[in-house]
Amino acid sequence: MQQLVNFITKYKYFLFFLLLEIIALSLTIQNHSYHKSKFVNSANFVSGGIYNRINKFREFTKLRTYNDQLLEENTRLKNIIAQQRIDTTDQVFGVTDTTKFNQRYLFTRAKIIDNQYHKRYNYLTIDKGSKNGILFDQAVVNSKGIIGITQSVSKNFATVQSILNENSRINVSLSNSLHFGSLEWDGKDYNVLQLVDLPIQANIKIGDSIITGGRSIIFPAGIPVGTIEDFGVENNSYSFINVRLFNDMSAIGPVNVIVSLFKEEINTLEEARNEY
Amino acid sequence: MNTNILQNILLFIGLLLLQVIILNRVLFLGYINPFLYLLFVIIYPYRKDRGILLLLCFLLGLFIDFFLNSGGINAAATLFVAYLRLPLLKWVLGKSEIDFPVFDITKQPFLKVLTYVSILTFMHSLIIFSLEYFKFSYLGTILSRTFLTSIFTVILIMFSLVLLTKRK
Repeated sequence: MQQLVNFITKYKYFLFFLLLEIIALSLTIQNHSYHKSKFVNSANFVSGGIYNRINKFREFTKLRTYNDQLLEENTRLKNIIAQQRIDTTDQVFGVTDTTKFNQRYLFTRAKIIDNQYHKRYNYLTIDKGSKNGILFDQAVVNSKGIIGITQSVSKNFATVQSILNENSRINVSLSNSLHFGSLEWDGKDYNVLQLVDLPIQANIKIGDSIITGGRSIIFPAGIPVGTIEDFGVENNSYSFINVRLFNDMSAIGPVNVIVSLFKEEINTLEEARNEY
Repeated sequence: MNTNILQNILLFIGLLLLQVIILNRVLFLGYINPFLYLLFVIIYPYRKDRGILLLLCFLLGLFIDFFLNSGGINAAATLFVAYLRLPLLKWVLGKSEIDFPVFDITKQPFLKVLTYVSILTFMHSLIIFSLEYFKFSYLGTILSRTFLTSIFTVILIMFSLVLLTKRK
């Protein structure tokens, strides 16, 4: 017993150091693992509040860009509405059956108050939290494409796992065929992501558009992502496909968070299937 | 003694805010952010009793991790250099424990301080980037980022040390 006490007093700093280091390393490992709630996150009121204050100043310098983005999006949406008017005139006797109408997604708005794009595991912070209906695992997009998936949520803030994150895998498909693959990031250029697991049967060429596929319960199908920049073929499969995003990931401001209203239903179905 | 504690608290908060508000957004050459907060490890009073230093450095790193969503990366790295601070100081500057009460880092020979700061910074950056990338296949990226970030950080820390001496 005496020896034990001696040992502890002799190495007390080393033991203290070891204890703290183990805490730090376990927090790091927890942070690197996919889909685990993260204890260390910037969605708390101190860091969220500070980021919000900084963003209020920085926002002014980017108002022109954000205005252009909004104008672009408005034009695109107006064009979609205009096309649909033409379609409905064909069905003169068509009656909208409201009982069959099911809204699948709900869009809410938020602002990016902190944006990381230079690390391997990048996160963004948004200025909306559980008070505004933000929950874990919701899609974050803007007018030009996908941004990420919500991760830790506090009352007023939330963190978003960026698509520029080692853990991020987003189901995407080609816009001109139904072949799908996953979108990942190799950590090099923050505006170029990699499309993997695309079957060789899919004919691609440089400049083809990539959109989100319908297989993800988080992202709605058909959200623009980017265009194919270059690709390589090896042993009768694609060795790499680089996708240039429509977004500039270093300059994103206003975003939409998408609530998937059918998510629980799909989840229960899939869980039931997994039990067999 | 009391003013000393107050000074250290102010230094802690000041370096933390400077790091998260300004320095984490520098992105020199696209990805280089200097870790000036290491200055805390270097100018915190040198005592034989290391418990408080270890705890403070752990907390400083952890608070920065909270802002960066990076788990415990900064905490682990800062704690590590805080633990190795004394042995390294003895080795590089040839000081014994008797000197510590009157020891002042700003009054040491420039080249020795530069070596000391460089070794600390390099170890710190190496741990940060190794933990961040966490894979052998990224060894090249880890080393290049460690090297560039360390150079940038050392320049800033030496500059701050010179400023601190001038004031006295």
